[in-house]
Amino acid sequence: MNVDNLVLEILCDIRPESDFGNSQNFLEERLLDSMDITSLIAALEEEFDIVIKGSEIRAENFGNLGAITALVASHGVPL
Amino acid sequence: MNFTFHGKRITGCLVVIPENEVAFADEMENYDFPVKNSQRLMRGIGLDRRRVVRSATTCASDLCIRGLRHLFEQGHLAPEDIDALILVTETPDYFMPPTSNVIQGALGLGHDTLCLDINQGCAGFVVGLAQAFMLLDQPAINKVVLLNADTLSRTASPKDRNAFPLLGDAASIVVVEDHPSRDDTIHASVKMDGARHQAIMIPAGGFRMPTSQTTSAPKKFDDGNSRSLNHYHMEGIDVLNFVMEDIPPLVDALLASAGRSKADIDYFMFHQPNPFMLRKLAAEMEVPIEKMPHDLVSIYGNNSSATIPTAITHHLGEATLTRDFSLCLSGFGVGLTWSAMLLRLGPLDFCEFLAFKE
Repeated sequence: MNVDNLVLEILCDIRPESDFGNSQNFLEERLLDSMDITSLIAALEEEFDIVIKGSEIRAENFGNLGAITALVASHGVPL
Repeated sequence: MNFTFHGKRITGCLVVIPENEVAFADEMENYDFPVKNSQRLMRGIGLDRRRVVRSATTCASDLCIRGLRHLFEQGHLAPEDIDALILVTETPDYFMPPTSNVIQGALGLGHDTLCLDINQGCAGFVVGLAQAFMLLDQPAINKVVLLNADTLSRTASPKDRNAFPLLGDAASIVVVEDHPSRDDTIHASVKMDGARHQAIMIPAGGFRMPTSQTTSAPKKFDDGNSRSLNHYHMEGIDVLNFVMEDIPPLVDALLASAGRSKADIDYFMFHQPNPFMLRKLAAEMEVPIEKMPHDLVSIYGNNSSATIPTAITHHLGEATLTRDFSLCLSGFGVGLTWSAMLLRLGPLDFCEFLAFKE
């Protein structure tokens, strides 16, 4: 399974009721709250064996699937 | 703004904690989220228990008065020795008069006791200490009592899991005195950015937006949380970003200006937003997590500007009675305001908790 699909699977596990596929911005459209971001970071770190730095916890890194995938990829995870 | 202080010290610390303990596990079903989702949060963020007042009319001043009476009874403090009373709070008894005056009156303190309220939150312990040290430069002031007290649990919507399960209540009472023979310098820095004031706020209830039927109506947001304009609100991701971006350079600059390094610090006693955030912050600052107590929210909740005294009392407690510690304090929150201080703490005359029974 590629990174995109794994990230989407994590998002759907955190928020099964949300339609992430049709959202332009998860935060502005309030599909995720700050607690979800924390859960998401913990899940990404576990799934991809990476450590997301505090300075990377910015809205632009969690706004959509592409941004989250790019964040994961920036830690050396092959897409 | 940077500050330096000479010949001052903290001589005692009492933290008044409500006896009433609530558990996140018992509240999960209050939120409009799957329980599995909330259980994940417990593990990820470190939510567990917290101490909150039971009554909807118990105020921060009640905790302060109980604590001060305890100190009088124990002989740790004499009413006539208090030259100034500073109260840092976001949850005053009234818009007017100042709550510090209410406390002064309840305790029968003398008319020469200077009473000041400071409206600050999680950065407020350092802000209050800086104010206390400044007052001690006056010849007439030899002893200042700094109160950091809030009942923030009463401000959040019980259906907003971004705020409600995090907030606790407490009052800390710290005695600050002149100590001319003390040769170590206290360094502090306080920064403020009002352009970001909406990141943490209670929108309604002041004179800008008086409470009304409209402001009291709860609104359910797409993220599943429900709150009204009368409730505490925090833009979580913005606050996370603020902490990670602004605190490390503040502390680095303060250490550099004091000619000290992180290795010189015994403990980084920081505000306690939650364990997750502090673990990330410690990593960002390259500070060993063992030197940054980070688990207080899981025990007491985030009790606003009292978190730093709570952390000191919980983690160092009796050890402060016999030795001193080199501490870096830092608070960050509403305003936005962020602050840091380098000081030696101890030996203290007292450093303890008091349970508040209602």
